[in-house]
Amino acid sequence: MNTSLRKDFAFALAGFLALALLPALTSSTALLDFVIRCAALGLFATSLNLLVGYGGMVSFGHGLFFGLGAYSFGIIMQRLGMPIPLAILVTVIFSGLVALVVGAICVRLTEIYFAFVTLAFQMLVHSLIIALSQFTGGDQGLRGGIPRPTFFGINLADHSQLYLFCAGLLVIGLLLMRHIVSSPFGYTLRMVRDNAKRAGFLGINVYRTRLTAFVLAGMFASLGGVVMSLFVSGAYPEFAFWTMSGEAVFIVMLGGTAAFLGPLVGTVVLLLLNDYVTRIAEHHGLVLGLVILFVALGLRKGLLDYVMDWRAARRIRAEEAHPVSALKGD
Amino acid sequence: MDLTALTECLSSASCMVTQVTSGFIIGMLLFLVAVGLTLIFGVVKIVNFSHGVFYMIGAYVAMTVYQATNSYAAALLGGALGACGVGIIVERFIMRRIYSANVLMQLLVCYALVLIFDDLVKVVWGPEFKAMGMPEAFRVPPLFIFGGVVPPFYLFLIAAALVIAVGLALAINGTRFGKTVRAAAHNPTMVSALGINTGLLFTAVFGLGCLLAGLAGGLAAPVRSLTPGMGFSILIESFIVTVIGGMGSITGALVGALLIGLVRTFGALGFPLFTEALMYMAMAIILIVKPTGLFGREGT
Repeated sequence: MNTSLRKDFAFALAGFLALALLPALTSSTALLDFVIRCAALGLFATSLNLLVGYGGMVSFGHGLFFGLGAYSFGIIMQRLGMPIPLAILVTVIFSGLVALVVGAICVRLTEIYFAFVTLAFQMLVHSLIIALSQFTGGDQGLRGGIPRPTFFGINLADHSQLYLFCAGLLVIGLLLMRHIVSSPFGYTLRMVRDNAKRAGFLGINVYRTRLTAFVLAGMFASLGGVVMSLFVSGAYPEFAFWTMSGEAVFIVMLGGTAAFLGPLVGTVVLLLLNDYVTRIAEHHGLVLGLVILFVALGLRKGLLDYVMDWRAARRIRAEEAHPVSALKGD
Repeated sequence: MDLTALTECLSSASCMVTQVTSGFIIGMLLFLVAVGLTLIFGVVKIVNFSHGVFYMIGAYVAMTVYQATNSYAAALLGGALGACGVGIIVERFIMRRIYSANVLMQLLVCYALVLIFDDLVKVVWGPEFKAMGMPEAFRVPPLFIFGGVVPPFYLFLIAAALVIAVGLALAINGTRFGKTVRAAAHNPTMVSALGINTGLLFTAVFGLGCLLAGLAGGLAAPVRSLTPGMGFSILIESFIVTVIGGMGSITGALVGALLIGLVRTFGALGFPLFTEALMYMAMAIILIVKPTGLFGREGT
């Protein structure tokens, strides 16, 4: 195990322990629910950043996989009664297969076409969810609750165990994605983003690299959907609606595309904003729209991008002041 | 699936007439929105994801003007000019800043505009479904063509959209403005070096696109229900139209729009639950077989 992986592992463990200790400090279920929602959307947004930030592919239909994850998990649990871990595995693999088909068509397209054709596929899945009402419950959503049988002594009907399970999924999902972006594949993906032609000359199969990223992103997004359906004990067509993708794109931009944890920070900020705005304002879209305009036209980059820039500037200053010690220090 | 209904209709002239005309009105409305989308993309090089907003504004303004003046001509004019005016303001103050930005930024700004205008419409006109009702001039008995029932307004709508399509094609190919637009689509830097104010030209093209969308909204107001989310669904469909027809081609937009209109009406007979899915599948097939669209040029 190399040092950077060990560092990520330690960081993930610390993060999980901090989340696990949270219920001991507070009895507020609202706060724990907030963390679960952050886990669902955070996994979803971070998976989108695999495409947007690391792959340079702006997908506007990523909500497809979030909705697909929530619905497939819910339907598997209601109809087949599999053990939960197996159902999650089947859901993620199924979403990966769907991503393979959609990606095979989409990833060869140029930027704006890619964005809109992914969106069109999302709307296709959304219309199928509405149409296949005997499986999905149509526009009413998948109701009747999702059964949560006990497995390995874990009972997800219990709120605090559900909380720990979701926090665990978040940490494991993030750790895996972190591992992906710091693997040789992650660097290949960045190279394809920066200059696909040159990467092609170096013998890299650009199409296959992008398709792999698309499939991986779809799988992690569906994991986010699983967490969401566990939390609300159902699945709703809104999960696969285009606004879901719009929100994810905003989260990624708000938090910053350059930092790995940017989308997670963006998720927390957006959810806080959403909760606050719905409490005070009737016209939620109006306020959110103005905030997005402010961030996109005013700040022009994400929150963690500022932190990254500030750190980079400080490192440069330090190197200018003490050229030798700065070299030794790193 | 109900294939017998589809085959029965295909063998009956009256049903064909009814289905084809309703396919054409869907197609014509789509064309007016899609052609603006394609013009703006051709010149300004951004996909105006908020284009549906202007269709929605056109429809709502047309309804209000009609209720105030009781004249459908004034309503159409009001809808078109209202959408055009809002479009010019949006272009001047917001769109202009993202022309050179990356796709992520462009999508986000347009997403924000959709959220803002959908809510503004809710504030001004209320969140519930609205109906304008058929204008007085068209409240006449329907025509019977080969036994098929065709409301006169449908014929007016189709004729109006065709006139606009022909006029637009002539203007783009024949007039000085059209030539400048085509030149700017090809090489805006060169056009500005020749002493043409490209900033103003971009505003004009954006305004024209919004005018057409507003006109489509005004034409749709008597036959569609008005809701704050009505812009988004037509946007997705008109994007599919431009993908099928080829981005940047007016002929492509017309053919693609009619194709989607017919797929929708005949699909609704044969596959009532999967009409939308058929449309997306048509797009996916075109993308696999000919990624530039039916009338698209290579390398765009």
